[in-house]
Amino acid sequence: MSVRRLAPKEVQPASFAFTAENLAWAQKQIAQYPDGRQASAVIAILWRAQEQMGGWVSEAAIRHVADMLAMPYIRALEVATFYTMFQLQPVGKKAHVQVCGTTPCMLRGAGDLIEVCKSRIHHDAFHLSADNDFSWEEVECLGACVNAPMVMIWKDTYEDLTADSLGKVLDGFAAGTPPKPGPQHGRQFAAPAGGPTTLKDINALQKPADTPTTHGGGGAALQDADAKRAGESASRRDSPAPQAPAADATQADAPSGDPTPKKTNDTAGAKPGKRKTSPGGAGKGPKK
Amino acid sequence: MTILIIDGKEIDVPAEYTLLQACEAAGAEIPRFCYHERLSIAGNCRMCLVEVKGGPKPVASCAWGVRDCRPGPKGEPPEISTRSPMVKKAREGVMEFLLINHPLDCPICDQGGECDLQDQAMGYGVDSTRFAENKRAVEDKYLGALVKTSMNRCIQCTRCVRFAAEVCGVPEMGATGRGEDMEITTFLESALTSELQGNLVDICPVGALTSKPYAFAARPWELTKTQSIDVMDAVGSAIRVDTRGREVMRILPRVNEAVNEEWISDKTRHVVDGLRSQRLDRPYIRENGKLRAASWPEAFAAIAAKVKGVDGSRIGAVAGDLAAVEEMFALKDLLARLGSTHVATQIGDAFDPAAGRASYIFNPTIAGIEQADALLIVGSNPRKEAAILNARIRKRWRSGQMKIGVIGEAADLTYSYDHIGAGTDSLSDLVDGQHSFSDVLKNAKHPIVLVGASVASRPDGAAVMAMLAKLALDIGALGEGWNGFGVLQSAASAVGALDIGFAGGLRKAGEADVLFSLGADEIDPAAGAFVVYIGTHGDRGAHRADVILPGAAYTEKSGLYVNTEGRVQIAARAGFPPGDAREDWAVIRALSDVLGHKLPYDSLAALRQAIFKAVPHLIRIDAIAAGDASSINALAARGGSVDKATFKSGVTDFYLTNPIARASAVMAECARLASGQMLTAAE
Repeated sequence: MSVRRLAPKEVQPASFAFTAENLAWAQKQIAQYPDGRQASAVIAILWRAQEQMGGWVSEAAIRHVADMLAMPYIRALEVATFYTMFQLQPVGKKAHVQVCGTTPCMLRGAGDLIEVCKSRIHHDAFHLSADNDFSWEEVECLGACVNAPMVMIWKDTYEDLTADSLGKVLDGFAAGTPPKPGPQHGRQFAAPAGGPTTLKDINALQKPADTPTTHGGGGAALQDADAKRAGESASRRDSPAPQAPAADATQADAPSGDPTPKKTNDTAGAKPGKRKTSPGGAGKGPKK
Repeated sequence: MTILIIDGKEIDVPAEYTLLQACEAAGAEIPRFCYHERLSIAGNCRMCLVEVKGGPKPVASCAWGVRDCRPGPKGEPPEISTRSPMVKKAREGVMEFLLINHPLDCPICDQGGECDLQDQAMGYGVDSTRFAENKRAVEDKYLGALVKTSMNRCIQCTRCVRFAAEVCGVPEMGATGRGEDMEITTFLESALTSELQGNLVDICPVGALTSKPYAFAARPWELTKTQSIDVMDAVGSAIRVDTRGREVMRILPRVNEAVNEEWISDKTRHVVDGLRSQRLDRPYIRENGKLRAASWPEAFAAIAAKVKGVDGSRIGAVAGDLAAVEEMFALKDLLARLGSTHVATQIGDAFDPAAGRASYIFNPTIAGIEQADALLIVGSNPRKEAAILNARIRKRWRSGQMKIGVIGEAADLTYSYDHIGAGTDSLSDLVDGQHSFSDVLKNAKHPIVLVGASVASRPDGAAVMAMLAKLALDIGALGEGWNGFGVLQSAASAVGALDIGFAGGLRKAGEADVLFSLGADEIDPAAGAFVVYIGTHGDRGAHRADVILPGAAYTEKSGLYVNTEGRVQIAARAGFPPGDAREDWAVIRALSDVLGHKLPYDSLAALRQAIFKAVPHLIRIDAIAAGDASSINALAARGGSVDKATFKSGVTDFYLTNPIARASAVMAECARLASGQMLTAAE
């Protein structure tokens, strides 16, 4: 990380205003906090501003958000400069590549990925490519260490990369057909790359009729041929649409009305519960 | 109360104390950078680590409450050690970390010699560093005309951020970035807008924020320190005047809990360059429409020639905002001997000394604001008229226990208030109980009615004062041990002048044929009047003068000043007046001899004897002779009709209220910045 400054005046737009849709969303965020604590919504609203602006926050946007929340400008600036997820200068129109450079990725070849970014996009991080479509930066751990090395573009991670496959990913973005997120060399999520190494024989103990068609309901370990196919619920991903403002996960999941805190708790509780049963069920055989 | 054992010594402290306070109460010295007793607790410098027995690691004593300490296994009191090997090692470690990125530029740093980091590195650090990498480099920031930055030196204690947000009430400073890249700055490096920003320099424990006007001017150990009193406003802040040779180099605050705590306003602090420029250093006589330098005898002779042919009743005297009691007393005495009673200060004839002291002083006292639970500000902008008092109001307001209402301009006072209205109609609504704020005032236990001095100088001032006195009585502001009627004077000379009866003659003095002006620059003498200007600066008053007698500024004479709460304070002489200039009372005494009415005091001590004999309460320095509450009753009974005009603050430009400030280039630049004008030429 280096010193984070606002973009130079030449590239700063003169003003910022939320679209009607985003404004309504922002008002909903503000309403979540008790009177006098509206400033708590600053991160959510700044993030929305960044999405609307196509991936970065301008000085005008920071001021606009501060005014919305009745907080001093410097307080909003503090937040925007503290969190590296806020980009303070324009990013590529088609893709802003965040290359993880933390130890596991670095050991697995993040250096090569950075070389690709340097040669294909710009020698320096945070600089736009010649066509203004791409930019890149090196970030700290993004939590996909088992699939190292990886990059994050917009809201999706592209994992198990090599210099070649990153090139293909970038080609996809350049052509407007982004590749499928996740591992780029064929394996399913973080499963062993060469197929299972344990519990290989458990399938032999079971009758083929018992084998469930989906992973979600629990069942026998999968064989190499059909291995690592995710259950439907697990493979459903947040919208990968890079266009701003993107509908994010909270909005996609939430009912159209005002989600009460209880409801969100319920849905949040249900998902991990479901996932937890899958591996357990796989070991013990079918439960239902 | 909680019993602790600190360094083997048992001590009983209140449970709400922090460990740092408890250790200090026990006589232990705790080094600190981020902790400041008048600011909120940050706990980020880690210098105040102490050992709490039973704990695995040292704790930051500034952020650890006494009530958080657990007793020992057998119920023995918690034991704290501030001198154990663990604490010593911890302090050395913290100091080594702090110094990792701190540049070794003490020889060129203005903080050198009065630097907390320097002192504490000597006291608690080790002699060398193990850090061999490059130090961090941080760009310097622009913070306005008064605060110079050298951000490499910043240790990120955030005292300045907290001071700006909490005491100044202008949350303009902040810390951007994080970790090693954290930087203290304002939003896009805009200039600070507070009247108290000079204090940032004092609270900065290192040399990151230093005084811009004082940059590279002197070292603390070459300065002579004189404890004195400020006269820039009527608050009478306690100051320390630092001089080198005969020149005042800087002014710093002294702690006076009753008045200024430990802050002073920017005008108080940075007016020093005004003491050097535009000074009158020799007498002048106007001849053929032009002023020419003259000798003292010549000047006196010119005055004597003029006064001889004038009837006593056609002589007047007006004192400026900075006049001390001594010279006003001597001048009043001289005029009485010449047969005139037309004496007054520039604030006008609004206040009547005969009405009693309570009618013109700030009865609740400045420290008393911290007991108030409701405040009504009428016709005043305390932020400009008395920035330090405004900080006290803000302090009380922040505690959430005081509601504030304002009648007058809806200015930014750094706290939120209920704006009742701009004119007298809103005031009468309030008196009649038609505004919701009147219930707040009535239900308050200790309400204050703060009246700006400019209210009284309105044409209908007496009637408005009567109305306000009646309001104060109605809401029960005058009770047992509480007098909530307070006049906020804006001139340092005001209360002293009223105390000695130097008042009531402004109209007559304005019409006089011979006018003695004691540094009065904001008055218009009659067209043909012969003006004798006794003052320090070539300001407006001097331009109008027929004879100029050079006097001494407030740092160059010992003088009595009475602040707005009626506190008698004594300013000490830090240097000598320039050239032929003399102390004002001595000028008047010498003049009296030439005029044939020799004043009967040959020394300052004899003059003070005469003052104390005439006005006994002035002898009690640093004390307030409380006003008699019955004079508020008398004031209320006067009545009168008020007109519709809106209230205006008496101070339009905070930075340029008196001749010294107007002579100061620093104040001029501050005024420019405050008015939003940008500098175009060389800065």
